[in-house]
Amino acid sequence: MIPNNFEYFAPTSIDEAVKLLEKHGDDCKILSGGHSLIPALKLRLAAPAVVLDIGRIKELKQIKIDGNTIRIGANATHSEIANSAELKQHCPLLGETAAQIGDQQVRNRGTLGGSLTHADPAADWPAAMLALNAEIVVRSGKGERVIKAADFFVDIMTSAVQPHEIVTEIRVPKPAQPNAAVYLKVPQSASGYAVVGVAAQLKINNGQCEDVSIGVTGLAPKAFRAKSVEDALRGKALDEGTVSAATAKADADASDAMEDIHASGDYRRHLARVYAKRAVQTAASRA
Amino acid sequence: MNISLSINGIKHEADVEPRLLLVHFIRDLVGLTGTHIGCETSICGACTVFLDGKPVKSCTILAVQADGTEITTIEGLAKNGQFHPVQEGFWECHGLQCGFCTTGMIMAVCGLLQENPQPTEEQIRHGLEGNLCRCTGYQHIVDSVQYAANKLKTQSAKAD
Amino acid sequence: MSFLAKYIGQKVKRTEDPRLIQGLGHYVDDIKLADTLHVAILRSPYAHAKINSINVEGAKQAPGVMAVYTGNDVEGKVGYVPCAAALPELKVPKYPVLAQGKVIFVGQPVAAVVATDKYKARDAVDLIEVDYDPLDVVTDPERAAKPDCPVIHEEFGTNVAFVHSAGTGDLEAAFKQADKIVSQRLNHPRLAPIALETRGVLAQYFPGEQQMNLWSSTQIPHLMRTQVAIMLGIPENKLRVVAPEVGGGFGSKLNVYAEEALLGWISMQLHKPVKWIETRRENMAATIHGRAQVGTVDVAVKNDGTLLGLKYNVTADVGAYHQLLTPAIPTLTGLMLSGAYKIPAISMTCTGVFTNKMSTDAYRGAGRPEATYLIERIMDRIAQELKMDPVELRRKNFPQPSEFPFGTATGLFYDSGDYDKALNKALEIVDYKKLREEQKAARAQGRLMGIGVSTYVEICAIGPSAATPAGGWESATVRVEPTGKVTVLTGISPHGQGEETSFAQIVADMLGVDLNDVLVIHGDTSIVQYGIGTFGSRGIAIGGTAIAMATEKVVAKARKLAAHMIGADEEGITFENGKFVGSPTDKAVTLQEVALSAHVAHNIPTDFEPGLVATHFFEPKNFTFPFGTHICVVELDKDTGDVKILRYVAVDDCGKQINPLLVAGQVHGGIAQGLAQALYEEVVYDENGQLLTGELMDYAVPKAHQLPRYECDHTETPTDVNPLGVKGVGEAGTIGSTPAIANAVIDALGPFGVQHIDLPLRPEKLWRAMNN
Ligand SMILES: Cc1cc2nc3c(=O)[nH]c(=O)nc-3n(C[C@H](O)[C@H](O)[C@H](O)COP(=O)(O)OP(=O)(O)OC[C@H]3O[C@@H](n4cnc5c(N)ncnc54)[C@H](O)[C@@H]3O)c2cc1C
Ligand code: FES
Ligand code: FES
Repeated sequence: MIPNNFEYFAPTSIDEAVKLLEKHGDDCKILSGGHSLIPALKLRLAAPAVVLDIGRIKELKQIKIDGNTIRIGANATHSEIANSAELKQHCPLLGETAAQIGDQQVRNRGTLGGSLTHADPAADWPAAMLALNAEIVVRSGKGERVIKAADFFVDIMTSAVQPHEIVTEIRVPKPAQPNAAVYLKVPQSASGYAVVGVAAQLKINNGQCEDVSIGVTGLAPKAFRAKSVEDALRGKALDEGTVSAATAKADADASDAMEDIHASGDYRRHLARVYAKRAVQTAASRA
Repeated sequence: MNISLSINGIKHEADVEPRLLLVHFIRDLVGLTGTHIGCETSICGACTVFLDGKPVKSCTILAVQADGTEITTIEGLAKNGQFHPVQEGFWECHGLQCGFCTTGMIMAVCGLLQENPQPTEEQIRHGLEGNLCRCTGYQHIVDSVQYAANKLKTQSAKAD
Repeated sequence: MSFLAKYIGQKVKRTEDPRLIQGLGHYVDDIKLADTLHVAILRSPYAHAKINSINVEGAKQAPGVMAVYTGNDVEGKVGYVPCAAALPELKVPKYPVLAQGKVIFVGQPVAAVVATDKYKARDAVDLIEVDYDPLDVVTDPERAAKPDCPVIHEEFGTNVAFVHSAGTGDLEAAFKQADKIVSQRLNHPRLAPIALETRGVLAQYFPGEQQMNLWSSTQIPHLMRTQVAIMLGIPENKLRVVAPEVGGGFGSKLNVYAEEALLGWISMQLHKPVKWIETRRENMAATIHGRAQVGTVDVAVKNDGTLLGLKYNVTADVGAYHQLLTPAIPTLTGLMLSGAYKIPAISMTCTGVFTNKMSTDAYRGAGRPEATYLIERIMDRIAQELKMDPVELRRKNFPQPSEFPFGTATGLFYDSGDYDKALNKALEIVDYKKLREEQKAARAQGRLMGIGVSTYVEICAIGPSAATPAGGWESATVRVEPTGKVTVLTGISPHGQGEETSFAQIVADMLGVDLNDVLVIHGDTSIVQYGIGTFGSRGIAIGGTAIAMATEKVVAKARKLAAHMIGADEEGITFENGKFVGSPTDKAVTLQEVALSAHVAHNIPTDFEPGLVATHFFEPKNFTFPFGTHICVVELDKDTGDVKILRYVAVDDCGKQINPLLVAGQVHGGIAQGLAQALYEEVVYDENGQLLTGELMDYAVPKAHQLPRYECDHTETPTDVNPLGVKGVGEAGTIGSTPAIANAVIDALGPFGVQHIDLPLRPEKLWRAMNN
């Protein structure tokens, strides 16, 4: 219940944060919403020498629509995203995902940037980010780099963010058909995290699936794009047979299947197939 | 580190270790023990307080993060000796047994009703997923929330 | 007892609530004493290991640390953790408060750090170095009993802690006469009680007076006082145990743990108050678990459904040591094997074995849920085999109301019952016939709907002293103060049940005073006369009765003085609404006037003792046997195995209800725990004895949306076991509900020919059953 001691800094600008990171990098943990980091500190699973609280950096909070790009500050909370009317209009998948994370108290603190960086294989956001072809912007003393969601999740609890880097922004291209999307999850019965979660964003023209992207979380050590399903749907009419056959491949692109006391690998694979089918059908019905 | 925050309208200043959890600040330094601790994985909700108008789990916030904020704990809910309608609902509907989850639960209900003043039973049940109760089986809690929602509605109708 | 029932039977709002809804109650951690030191405990990371050495030097040097203690420090100074249950040839290993030479479960206390604040105490724990040699680990209870298995307690040469047999009747004949023998192997998973408030202890020793105050989150302050005094070697009357506000127990605080004596001893060493508050992680690992039986039940039955005999061969997982009542729990299973049915011959053989896990002990229901689950599950299996309706099979074997008191082959006499009545009411509420038709229609559409019935009976009001390890009576003192306010001291130790209210209802009605003029005091051994405590659904039935009887004594005494005051004959005096009215004089005095007069004692009869107080120790002549029918309707998701509860109906009979609001609360909470057992909860250790469900992120205590709305109703069958006619209701919901939902889920899988699936009925298991 009690964290180790650490030194604490609360910069108010990104520049200041970057400087502190350069100085303390290796033994420093960024604190955003704290809803993954603080439980880990309390259980002493993490014991950084320095904690860098980025919660007071106002520039990291904003949500705005910039032409065809939705720009979300790394520190936007799940609640802020769930409640944003603009996002609801331009990309409802974001709010739908946010609303399924944890509980109201967790959503009031936890942030998009923190969740992505944490790269918990059972987290919800990765599925949506993959389905939306999002990009993650990171800053360091060396400047800025932009990482595609597809390259962002590296392994279990490992993202592409390096120790001296800070995630500043998440960029989401406005979907062509915002409503043709869904996020569905099977919550783990104790924690509420995803045993399996599937996000789908579709573009449908005259009953034909013009484009589709599907992100799957929970199944594998890292969230992934269900490319095999996408390929089997693209350009096809979304009838029951096509969807069934395509989503039967929902686990094909998983690097591996996770196993724990809550679900075996086989069952996770099966759930991915069932939920991919449900997701595609629901998203299509919303188009 | 020096911090200053307001709890139930009263300003508190202290020099604290950065690792001090907000819940310990509230309970041990300020002495408001109505905010409880039931876990260390941020799941039980017994520690729920309002921070700048929103329900949060005070066991998952460092006291230094709360520097400059306004906090309301269960002790600050009743006004002028009058129970808050949510407190009243819990009393009327037997929404508590051992009372340990209750204070956090009441704060969470306040958060829920702030977002959704007239929730359905299903919305109530989902809305309270951040709080565990081992005693009541939740049914009387749901009834308590409905009682409070109705009471708040009548109150605001009267105020209009 | 005759009085006007103004409060009894009413939905009276609880008097304990105003403080609790404002956060003004005081649980152990809310009690702050000046100069308190804080204790953090280093626990074993191994399930079984030899301790070669412990180095505490680093920890001792750490800032704020006042002392560090290990097993060596307490050896010979603090007694062993007690076991109060007795069985023939029971093996009771010595259970030191800090491990000595060896650890045998993950979470076992190894060393204690005392520091000026809890942060520093926790820091210093990390500085203790322990050199362990891991040993072979025993986790599977059935393997534990085998001869080639490593032995945990070498002094016994075996892991078998006891073999307990129960039951009577000619089983051999029963099985010979049987048309069919239906057998089922069943596992009762290990569960964690998870009171929302973890355990906690605050000890304060006064070296001058040589007295100690010990606050503990417990259900049994008096029993704890006796045990801890023995462990510490201090006179029992110099130890004051206080159970302050207690945040739930469910049996987990019906115990005496290492930490209670340890904290007391530390306070004696340092002459300062010391506090320890359990973390949830510690709570999962080192507070007792429940259930954990695995065995096979065989039932001999006739083709018409008549039950002839039942045999249960079971292994009970004791865990590493016995806690207070560990070996007694399976004996309760043995007592309740007849369920709500006439079974002429019954036998149970239970082998209790040590494993490298936390001890098991009483968790809500304590042994009876195991009995009810197995009998209700096997009834459905029998119905399946005989192609009978499970309701008809049950009904056929019920004892009839005229057969009560009903003697079972397990040696009990059920006090009273009308099982048909509760069953019929439940069937009516769900419209059983229609439901079965709906089920047919659903199946025709390929939908998996299931209906589960459980007609349970349980043993409550524990219990007659002869059948209880440490006395089964309860005590009460009722005192009318000079101003007429009434103080009640009860040995019951409520921790959520609301007895400050229900006890006050009884007294207020009997004395004709306002409810708010009655104060119920409990949980403080220096204020309250010796008592037993709260468990086994005994609060109202035994504690409440003791209070009613003490109140009667008070009235009798007051009547005497009232007669003197009025100048009338005692016999002619009526007492109603708080007033003694004479006859024929018509003069009246109020209870308050009598109380004042009794205390001032200026004008009292010569044979009248001043004061107005009476104490009663009530010894029940029998247990009570509440019963009822629970019906659950579910639908399964064919693709995922997800269970959706469509309806949950409970008709319970707990005799008379003092406060229906509180009864409903107990039933709801009980059902929630029973459903959780059926669907979600299981303590899981891996083969190395590591606890995989060490946190609430993995152990699924259900949240509001994971539970249904319960439709509750009741029947009321009087009992003559106590004058209030109450039976107790604390555990009924837990006991009745698990089999109802299990039967419903397995019924839903009927089209797949499924006979049984072990709990918890997680979606994956159901999906596998469909795809086998
Ligand atoms: C009870 C509970 C239930 C939950 N349920 C769910 C759930 O159902 N689904 C789900 O997806 N999640 C769930 N979460 C996790 C929650 O969403 C967290 O908020 C989230 O995973 C982390 O976000 P944070 O802002 O709290 O990050 P922190 O905890 O502050 O940080 C997490 C990690 O990311 C790093 N980090 C944070 N921000 C940055 C940045 N800008 N740049 C670089 N590194 C950074 C930190 O150093 C740390 O390593 C739950 C958490 C709790 C406590
Ligand atoms: S104490 Fe459990 S969520 Fe905060
Ligand atoms: S009332 Fe006891 S945990 Fe909710």
